[in-house]
Amino acid sequence: MLDSIIFYFFAGIAVLSALLMITRRNAIHSAVFLTTALLATAGIFLQLHAEFLFIVQIILYVGGIMVMFIFVIMLVRLDVALPRLRSRLRQWSAILVALAVFLEAGIILYLARRIPGEGLLVPSPAPAAKLPPNTEDLANSLFHAYLLPFEIASVLLLVAMIGAVVMGKNRSDTK
Amino acid sequence: MNPALHSVLAFLQGWWVELLCAFLIVALVPLIAGYIVLVERKLMADMQARLGPMRVGPHGLLQPIADALKLLIKEDIIPAEADKLVFWFAPVLSMTAALTALGAVAFGPWFHVARDINIGLLFVVGISALGPFGIVLGGWASNNHYSIIGALRSTAQLISYETTAGFALVSGFLLSGTLRVGAIVEQQRADHAWYAFLAPVGFITYLIASIAETNRAPFDLPEAESELVAGYMTEYSGFRWALYFLGEYANMIVVASVGTTLFLGGWLRPFPSVDWLGWLDALPALLLAAVGVYCLIRAGKQPAQVQKLFMWAVAFACFGVALIFALAAPLAMAPLHIIYPGLYGAFWFLVKVSAYIYVFMWLRFTLPRFRFDQLMRLGWHILIPLALVNILGVGIALALISGLGWNRWLAIAITTTATVIAGLLLIRWNDRHAVAASLAAEASPVEDSYAG
Repeated sequence: MLDSIIFYFFAGIAVLSALLMITRRNAIHSAVFLTTALLATAGIFLQLHAEFLFIVQIILYVGGIMVMFIFVIMLVRLDVALPRLRSRLRQWSAILVALAVFLEAGIILYLARRIPGEGLLVPSPAPAAKLPPNTEDLANSLFHAYLLPFEIASVLLLVAMIGAVVMGKNRSDTK
Repeated sequence: MNPALHSVLAFLQGWWVELLCAFLIVALVPLIAGYIVLVERKLMADMQARLGPMRVGPHGLLQPIADALKLLIKEDIIPAEADKLVFWFAPVLSMTAALTALGAVAFGPWFHVARDINIGLLFVVGISALGPFGIVLGGWASNNHYSIIGALRSTAQLISYETTAGFALVSGFLLSGTLRVGAIVEQQRADHAWYAFLAPVGFITYLIASIAETNRAPFDLPEAESELVAGYMTEYSGFRWALYFLGEYANMIVVASVGTTLFLGGWLRPFPSVDWLGWLDALPALLLAAVGVYCLIRAGKQPAQVQKLFMWAVAFACFGVALIFALAAPLAMAPLHIIYPGLYGAFWFLVKVSAYIYVFMWLRFTLPRFRFDQLMRLGWHILIPLALVNILGVGIALALISGLGWNRWLAIAITTTATVIAGLLLIRWNDRHAVAASLAAEASPVEDSYAG
């Protein structure tokens, strides 16, 4: 009972602020509503007793990426950049992508409903309060079972980071 | 009985300590922040051979309350061109983040809201990472050049130094093996050493990063008054300004608490396992009694009757708490036995946090402000690599201890020395690099859009 109240509270905030985010004209307002949506998602993680995902969502997305977004929005003049984005082709492709995503979500929900006990529904979920502490579990699975994919992903990110630094450097040197 | 009321009562019975602590944090932190400001002004006055605030109350002791009243009745100005909603919301966000982060801090074995959540200190760090939002949004909403430059500086600085702080905390987490606040402190008791001794480089990088994270001198560029008026707070007045101010001081308490918990042994007394230092257990009572006696002596010299009464009240409050400490000590009254560990732990925790904040102030009055490029260079070129090397060093030391059975202090000493040498090399290499860069910059000045 309490769980579903918390879930619908956070889910409602997330959906509402996601809608507000795409309808605001002001880029900073959009960024604020995106932050709210991310925080509400973090709240849903917490309701599912996934504390580590909750705090990682806040540290990475809200504390890191969103602050970067706002930083960039403040440095870049969006009123110059935005009209270029408003072409017909882009509008139509955006509408098509949105339709495709909605269709996909609808099909998944429909299929999950039709076959009882399968699809999205987990047959007999363990009560969240009984789960083992998930920080340790996450570390165990990351560094034992999935060590190789984890390392590959880290190397990939490192390469991307170094690449970004090199590209940034080159531009200021040639200026 | 009504089942709803019954469940509410059951909830209260299970959670009253936590609820009380949450209430105390929200109620007391603004007051404590006010008194930190007073202490800061007094210290600054002392270091500059002045008296500081002396007019309101004995030795200016009521100054924070007068200041708070003044801020409450000041006009709340919102600039005509400001984004009103964001302008209104930003300082609230800044303070809420700091106060929420205090929720997961344990001020003693008992005084905590949520001590044993699985993510512990990460929660404190993560929630206080929301603070920069308040700053950057407030600076943007003010629609003022000084504000926005201050906000941009602050964001750049906070992102850079949060990384360092995170890496420094990782070196502590490696030693503790857990993120739970209570378990970290108890692990330090079990290890017979504060982690400031086991990971000294981690502690020092965290100390520097935490000063930068709280926007304090010598890292106070976001509000450098000689360059930016007051940075992101320029357009704020009255109580909204006070909210920013409270957020800043609450944030100081947060970073000091995190540093204390992870590196300075939390609520344990210094050297908790050394027997001949057992007399330290009597220190809280003695210290409070000494403060009480001092207040009684000074009470006679106060000019006004109100001031005398005030001093007597303070003295008797000190004696009362000292009496509780003395009576609750191991041999005495049984009922007080229960509250003793909580009070005693809270005393040491607060002493350590105060010492930490004192270092902040001391540095503020002794060091000149950095230039923005120096600040960025210190963060990205020296502190972040050093903190990374330190994680590696601590990891190697742990592997040597548990894998090869080395003596703990030997392993720590070797890896720490290696880290320090790496740090010195970094600084040296960086200095050369900086000289070359500044020569190049003189030849062709590059525009730096947020250096002010």
